[in-house]
Amino acid sequence: MNTTELFDHLSEKLKAQFGDDFIGGEIQYDFPVFIVEKKSILEVLQYLKTTPELNYHFLTTLCGIHMPENKGAELAIMYQLHNMVDNHRIRVKIFMEDGDVKVPSATSIWPTANWMERQEYDFFGFNFIGHPDLRRILNMDEMNYFPMRKEYPLEDGSRDDKSDKMFGR
Amino acid sequence: MSTNNHIIKPEAEKEYNILNLGPTHPATHGIFQNILKMDGEIIMHAEPTVGYIHRAFEKIAEHRPYNQITPLTDRLNYCSSPINNMGWHMTVEKLIGCEVPKRADYLRVIIMELSRIADHVICTTIIGQDTGATTGFLYFFQMREKVYEIFEEVCGARLTTNIGRVGGMERDFSEVAWAKLKAFMIEFPKFLNEFQRLIERNRIFMDRTINCGPITGERALAYGFTGPNLRAAGIDYDVRVANPYSSYQDFDFKIPIGGNGDTYDRFMVRIQEMWESVSIIKQAIEKMPVGDFHADVPEFYLPNKEDVYSKMEALIYHFKIVMGEMDVPKGEVYHSVEGGNGELGFYLISDGNRAPFRLHFRRPCFIYYQAYPEMITGGLLSDAILTMSSLNVIAGELDA
Repeated sequence: MNTTELFDHLSEKLKAQFGDDFIGGEIQYDFPVFIVEKKSILEVLQYLKTTPELNYHFLTTLCGIHMPENKGAELAIMYQLHNMVDNHRIRVKIFMEDGDVKVPSATSIWPTANWMERQEYDFFGFNFIGHPDLRRILNMDEMNYFPMRKEYPLEDGSRDDKSDKMFGR
Repeated sequence: MSTNNHIIKPEAEKEYNILNLGPTHPATHGIFQNILKMDGEIIMHAEPTVGYIHRAFEKIAEHRPYNQITPLTDRLNYCSSPINNMGWHMTVEKLIGCEVPKRADYLRVIIMELSRIADHVICTTIIGQDTGATTGFLYFFQMREKVYEIFEEVCGARLTTNIGRVGGMERDFSEVAWAKLKAFMIEFPKFLNEFQRLIERNRIFMDRTINCGPITGERALAYGFTGPNLRAAGIDYDVRVANPYSSYQDFDFKIPIGGNGDTYDRFMVRIQEMWESVSIIKQAIEKMPVGDFHADVPEFYLPNKEDVYSKMEALIYHFKIVMGEMDVPKGEVYHSVEGGNGELGFYLISDGNRAPFRLHFRRPCFIYYQAYPEMITGGLLSDAILTMSSLNVIAGELDA
């Protein structure tokens, strides 16, 4: 099954199973990407994992994305799943507004989601509902902001020796 | 003699010791802190704290041109930097749709397998060291030095290599590099064989490592294990075979797997993988195609210095590349390579600007280290040390 066939096949399946909660998808390079409603993400992941025919049993990674320009859906999380038997990989994405960062936790499906979600909480501030131990993991506990959000500059903003105008940009 | 010193107290009144193992403990080979609840020598509960060398690579990467991200990847798993470098280059190549010539692929395979050997040499000798077999560490470890000498000859650096470029290798192997590689290929199998014979059937070593820190295949998958640690648990997943990159499909090699997922299996899988790496390098040298060592992508590949001084186009491209003014397509791409510890993935979102919009590293160490408390609970403290060295947790990759 090539990527396009896999994409069509899974789109149909998800559409039939979740109706309007399945928003759409696209193919990004060699990956089928599916976008679903945030509230049903847990059911979608559970369905993809437990349906024997699909068997996406391995959570490769998950990560948050912050897009301040994308009004109304500033934050996103992508889940990357792998069916090792058939060697199919897919990506599932959810989008949410900046103010509404409650996301159902995938730890009940995969224990490995534990630290992955802690990391994304640490950097983006997602509130994973149902996570057993949602604490900061890589940054210090006292930190009061979420550094991977775009509004936090990498370094002191008052420096001007690195500004783009020095290079004619 | 006091009255109740030797009476075992009932469960409710039992007192436990809290032992702070780390952050800088000589036996953990890196900055790892574990707060252990101990019942005598038995670990009842473990609480790992990570992040001591967190350097915010994902954030820094959002502010750097693509070529300047390579040195960041060096510092993930610094025991096998070239694999990280090349994984990143291949990710960018996938994004820009660049075909790399066969010769560059084969040169990359040689370098990547050498780094896998270096990585596994560290892990296996340290397992030996932690069981008391110091000989392996002192004697076999010099093979890592030989690997680093080859890297030095190819790229000028040893540990944090920054080897290769987007589009291929920065230069072909020199005569000296080939000579060193040939010498290594003769010498290394002898050393490996000797080390293997010294350790693998040693009664003390076997007693110490068999059933130490075991994990079942099912739990390993649930915890997101990849690489040698997953294969030791009996799951034959290897990115080199599942999603071949850099012409790995051209080579004939086996995926060694274990059965119990204990320290002994993890040790043996790594030893066997070194044999497979030797075989892959041998095949790559034999089948080495003639041709260019880099793709024809002037927008990304730094031109020769002589050309920069004598040709207009080369000067323009040189300037644009150094300043990070390259046109990259929009899109999101994931590429993974089989690192020393498992599937090292790069998830890159490009919005067409000079720096990635988002770059996420799938770091195998970070993902499987969370199984560590489960693996050591109920075991001895000395087994916990051994389990950690056999998992080959690298602080740089753990904390990014």
